Amino acid sequence: MNQLKEAAIETDVVIVGAGPAGLFSVFELGLLDIKAHVIDILPRAGGQCSELYPEKPIYDIPGLPVCTGQELTDNLLKQIEPFHPTFHFNEMVETLVSLGTAEKPEFRLSTDAGKIFHAKVVFIAAGGGSFQPKKPPIPKIESYEGTSVFYAVRRMEDFRDKNVVIVGGGDSALDWTLNLQPVAKSITLVHRRDQFRAAPHSVSAMQELVAAGKIDFKLGQITAVEGEDGELAGAILKGNDGVVEKLACERLMPFFGLTMKLGPVADWGLQLNENLIPVDTEKFETSHPGIFAVGDINSYPGKLKLILSGFHEVALAAQKAHRYVYPDKKLLFQYTTSSTNLQKKLGVS
Amino acid sequence: MHEEETGVMAKMSFEDAATRYGAEPGGGAPTKVKITFVDSQGQARSVEGEVGSTVMETARRNDIPEIAAECGGACACATCHVYVDEKWAEKTGKASQMEEDMLDFAFDVKPNSRLCCQITVRPELDGLVLTTPAQQG
Repeated sequence: MNQLKEAAIETDVVIVGAGPAGLFSVFELGLLDIKAHVIDILPRAGGQCSELYPEKPIYDIPGLPVCTGQELTDNLLKQIEPFHPTFHFNEMVETLVSLGTAEKPEFRLSTDAGKIFHAKVVFIAAGGGSFQPKKPPIPKIESYEGTSVFYAVRRMEDFRDKNVVIVGGGDSALDWTLNLQPVAKSITLVHRRDQFRAAPHSVSAMQELVAAGKIDFKLGQITAVEGEDGELAGAILKGNDGVVEKLACERLMPFFGLTMKLGPVADWGLQLNENLIPVDTEKFETSHPGIFAVGDINSYPGKLKLILSGFHEVALAAQKAHRYVYPDKKLLFQYTTSSTNLQKKLGVS
Repeated sequence: MHEEETGVMAKMSFEDAATRYGAEPGGGAPTKVKITFVDSQGQARSVEGEVGSTVMETARRNDIPEIAAECGGACACATCHVYVDEKWAEKTGKASQMEEDMLDFAFDVKPNSRLCCQITVRPELDGLVLTTPAQQG
């Protein structure tokens, strides 16, 4: 990736995670003139709210008797608009290195897309960790990952003139079946049933290709892979009819949705407790000064994994963050209802 | 809890179960039922499930291994996948369309696969036996 040479992005705070806690961090920090860049591995804001339950009702947001995960996300995005956060989607923070001191923290973060950030404070609002592709329980599949087995298409060229097996019935499986068909030597789509949750127009386009003999469709599941040195030679299909056959292929793409894994956060040198980051309940700061953990990813006595707890946590954490970002400024506690200063920042005065 | 005992439970009459699992005074339906989770290694664990809650919630409350339930019961993650014991398949019923769609994201799906956040504990499920898969997420 050529962005490696790109100059570092300077910011007051990097917020890791664009779920409700990350989004409301932008608000609370913004009221204190702390500028934010927000990084999330998903392609959009909302975290679990948009990924797991966009249409499901939430009943315990104070002041909102009922709203869906998507509505909450949309409202939060509207609420933080005045602070013009910069979002970096489809990116995962890989490394977090401390460059400063306990009194004057400074951090360097790098993402898997090669971007570098310099920040005075870091808010980890990573929820249950990062959403990563589910890996099917096929023995030794990991030894083919990145060379023959892919969970996403980064470069179409990796599939040119290859025999490709795609597993799944959702949008990812169908989209890549359709997109790779003109490029690949052959495509075999494998799914456990003859119904598909993917968009109807993709399903009919796929069925037309099957009818025209341009791709194969098999009912069943892949139970094993064959090959050596990371180069796949075949996948073993167990058909729903019980028949086992070998599909000769050089590429395999399993699409089983996403799961939450703690991911690189575990390697940042922070104290961890059962995959959660312990914090104090005054500032929600981690074992490392200047790094805060808010929302579902933190732990403290009495912690409840509720969105409303996350909101409370970010408000308090922002107060301490202000001391790091503006060490010489005295922080005056103000209300948005009455402070002309805050109203100016919100663009409503 | 062992196989033999599960077998005994399955044979118990409805009245016996009602007595044992806290029937309401006055002879109402039982409020608690027995549910047995057999893990992928064959170890069985029997717990009490509260009528009206879900089987997934029952599993979580009792620290049943191999039930991840990442999404917390929204039918949005396929990490509370279970296999329903043959004898119970009729009583637990079939997966809804939404559940079938979500089962596409589970591994080693079989005809008796269900997502247990979508099974509500009912008095007639007293004695229910489920097996959990080795890998959820």
